[in-house]
Amino acid sequence: MANPSLEVVDVAVEFSGLRALNGVSLTLSPGEIVGLIGPNGSGKTTMINAITGQVPLAGGRVMIGNKQISGLTPREVALQGLSRSFQIVRLFNNMAVLDNVEAAALAHGSSLRAARAKALTLLDGFNLSHRADDLGGSLSYGDKRRVEIARALAADPAFLLLDEPAAGMNEAETEALLHILAALPRSRGLGLLIIDHDMSLIMRLCDRLHVLAFGKTIAEGRAEDVRKNPAVIEAYLGSEAIRA
Amino acid sequence: MTFALQFLIDVLSLGGAYALMALGLVIVYGILKLVNFAYGELIMVAGYTLFLVGGSGLPWLVMAAVAVLMAVIAGILTDYVAFRPVRAKSVTAVLITSFAFSTLLQNAALLFISPRPRNVPMPAAFSQTVELAGVITPVRNLITIAAAVVLLGVFTFLMRRTVLGIAMRAAATNFTMARMLGVPANLIISSAFAISGLLAGIVGILWIGRIGTVVPGIGNEPLLVAFIATVIGGMRSLGGAVLGGFLLALIDTTLNYTLSQELLKFRDAFTFSLVILILLWRPEGLLKGPATGQRT
Repeated sequence: MANPSLEVVDVAVEFSGLRALNGVSLTLSPGEIVGLIGPNGSGKTTMINAITGQVPLAGGRVMIGNKQISGLTPREVALQGLSRSFQIVRLFNNMAVLDNVEAAALAHGSSLRAARAKALTLLDGFNLSHRADDLGGSLSYGDKRRVEIARALAADPAFLLLDEPAAGMNEAETEALLHILAALPRSRGLGLLIIDHDMSLIMRLCDRLHVLAFGKTIAEGRAEDVRKNPAVIEAYLGSEAIRA
Repeated sequence: MTFALQFLIDVLSLGGAYALMALGLVIVYGILKLVNFAYGELIMVAGYTLFLVGGSGLPWLVMAAVAVLMAVIAGILTDYVAFRPVRAKSVTAVLITSFAFSTLLQNAALLFISPRPRNVPMPAAFSQTVELAGVITPVRNLITIAAAVVLLGVFTFLMRRTVLGIAMRAAATNFTMARMLGVPANLIISSAFAISGLLAGIVGILWIGRIGTVVPGIGNEPLLVAFIATVIGGMRSLGGAVLGGFLLALIDTTLNYTLSQELLKFRDAFTFSLVILILLWRPEGLLKGPATGQRT
């Protein structure tokens, strides 16, 4: 039996009467990369917040297999194998980069020694070994994003949710990140949900796309098909995509 | 030369006590961004425990250990009684509950023990003096310095090199993020209160050892000292609290040496004037700590 999938069922989120998400369902299986796209304000980040429990649900539920995730405490959600990064990076700025990554491993029950070894390996994978002893707050924007992803991975998540991981990175950095991310599902067996505005990154990385507009799903499916979907083109890609 | 040494011992012993008091307050503040106004009562609890076990005939160190243990338990109790039920609500609510808990404990001591000072057993060393390079100084000052050095060292090691320390630093920087990574929030907060109680218990015994008696309001001055030290040092960093403690002791000691007899009555007025000047110069305290001072 394969590992269970992350099932988001009919989720709704309200902010003082405004429906930010209105009955969105989504499945993320281990080993696949799903792109969550949509115009600004369509509810992408809210969707990740709803999955990880940062905003209360006005309806629907989030499951991993038979286990309900919605309503659990942040620690329980993390222990169920859900990790995320943020659109605005949230490192522990006054702690060493190594400690940042270590903290996540420790929270999941690693011993000090194992956590340190794991953190070093992860930092090495992101080419950040030379910054291990620097304070989190002293890093460049792109490096902070990589540390945040390394920290999320230190929890050995079953599902990793990345909110604009490539924002603020230059082309070379984005390219390097793409290769690391593309390898994750296979090497770790995790399911990856990724929000980004860089369409070329999304198209090259993702197996499936899920498109939101005004808090509703307007399309989902294989990346090439979604790209041709008229509703998507109208709502999101605009006239440029039609010409392409 | 002897004067310099005398001055140094006075500053370090007073500063060591102040620094430990401040550290005990800021360890909780760092994580919750809430001041525990019942902090002084942890010192009171240690004092009265020492008084109550005074006639037991146990070795003094055992009695002192029991007193510190009770302060730790009182610290954890503060979390459960005054903080946890209202923690997620408003800051005002916790302000009131921690004041209420403080008043409750003080009045319990008034009611069940006595409003009058009670003698606590202290080892003879606390009232002896020793000559050190021509300077006659009370032994308790040297004990205080030694205790401060050891505790600050242990504390630094704990925060840097242990699982609990790393988790607590993460929680102090960004509590929400730490929770999302899987750091157990309640355990971390209770641990902070326990450490707060440990520091209050030890510094309480040293503090009470200077006068040898305990009264219900014994914790008021240490709370004030700790609060001022953390404010001038920087409420957001542990190092700031220690620095603030030593700085406050330097100010107090300097004033003790320089003010005339008539003016010495107003020493606190001078101290607070200087504190105000420091805050005008650096409103956020001397050391800027991690992240924001906001609750996360």
